[in-house]
Amino acid sequence: MAAELHVELVAADRSVWSGEATLVVARTTSGDIGVMPGHQPLLGVLESGPVTIRTTDGGTVVAAVHGGFLSFADNKLSLLAEIAELADEIDTQRAELALERAKSDDDAAAERRADVRLRAVAVR
Amino acid sequence: MGAQLRVYKRRIRSVTATKKITKAMEMIAASRIVKAQRQVAASTPYATELTRAVTAVATGSATKHPLTTEAETPVRAAVLLVTSDRGLAGGYSSNAIKAADQLTERLRGEGKEVDSYIVGRKGVSYYGFRERRIVESWTGFTDSPTYADAKKVAAPLIAAVQQDTAEGGVDELHIVFTEFVSMLTQTPVQHRLLPLSLGEAAEESAAKGEILPLFDFEPSAEDVLDALLPRYVESRIYNALLQAAASKHAATRRAMKSATDNAGDLIKSLSRLANAARQAEITQEISEIVGGASALADATAGSDR
Repeated sequence: MAAELHVELVAADRSVWSGEATLVVARTTSGDIGVMPGHQPLLGVLESGPVTIRTTDGGTVVAAVHGGFLSFADNKLSLLAEIAELADEIDTQRAELALERAKSDDDAAAERRADVRLRAVAVR
Repeated sequence: MGAQLRVYKRRIRSVTATKKITKAMEMIAASRIVKAQRQVAASTPYATELTRAVTAVATGSATKHPLTTEAETPVRAAVLLVTSDRGLAGGYSSNAIKAADQLTERLRGEGKEVDSYIVGRKGVSYYGFRERRIVESWTGFTDSPTYADAKKVAAPLIAAVQQDTAEGGVDELHIVFTEFVSMLTQTPVQHRLLPLSLGEAAEESAAKGEILPLFDFEPSAEDVLDALLPRYVESRIYNALLQAAASKHAATRRAMKSATDNAGDLIKSLSRLANAARQAEITQEISEIVGGASALADATAGSDR
């Protein structure tokens, strides 16, 4: 059996996803980082962006996170985000509408949020 | 029908209506407690992970950060008081206010100025009536707070902590809220959020037999701490708001339950009185009839003679 690490993806108000994975790719403030089993203990600040989790059964889980942290220790990776959504939960049409609306309203934060959602869907 | 009996009947009717209302409120509150408890449980993983991370950074690195170091001579402290928007919850809000008053008193005794921040209309009106200064207040979300609400509350507090004391910033941040212990027990508690008391946090993790690993920080320990601490404050405030909401519903349920019980007792004693009044009326009527009949009999017997 290949080495695996336990991943917990939690948002402020719920637990979004948890399970075993072989690779997690996330975007920190200093660039994309890939975490594999046995990585050195790590604490990083996440940027808004898609997080890709390669599960042990070969599947891929993509989630959009809007800021947060990642901490890895004892083969356990915690991804903490104020808001986190799985790509499957994201309604593409609504995100596109939100993006357009945010652009016309000049709402930078909303625009970024919608953009992150769309990117997560695109990765899937 | 006698006037007294009519008055009793009317009172019984009005108390019955009140009882129906309080019963309904009790049941609504009971269903909301469950929902609020579920929310508290859902927010727990985030809070525990965040606390672990904060403890790890703060103990595992030699970084000095304004949010973790104690000021040598603290001048000003901020107190965040969480009350509810609505009453009908027994002593819920006044207990929290009392706890905040005690804390304020103690801080003043230590020679600190106290800035009050208040959540909930009850607290705001209490302070407003006594013309005490409120730095900032929030209302309208105490029944079911969201994370966005917690962020809104936390933002000015974090800004105040980061500001220099000379310019009106604060050295300490305290929070007073009602902790949800169980359905029957809710106690007002006070916590110091900032500066972090690291000894406590380290002890807690040591007690669990957890050895914190040496972390690699990305991009750097300072930056991580900078980003982490505001989130930590937000999550603690969110947790406090959720617990306060659950406590409020539990307090409402209990208050409404005793109101329903009292209404039941009142109805019982009123119907006893009404029955007695009815009996008295009947007795009076009978004695009047008997009296009238015998008077009539006496009169006719007299004329016969």
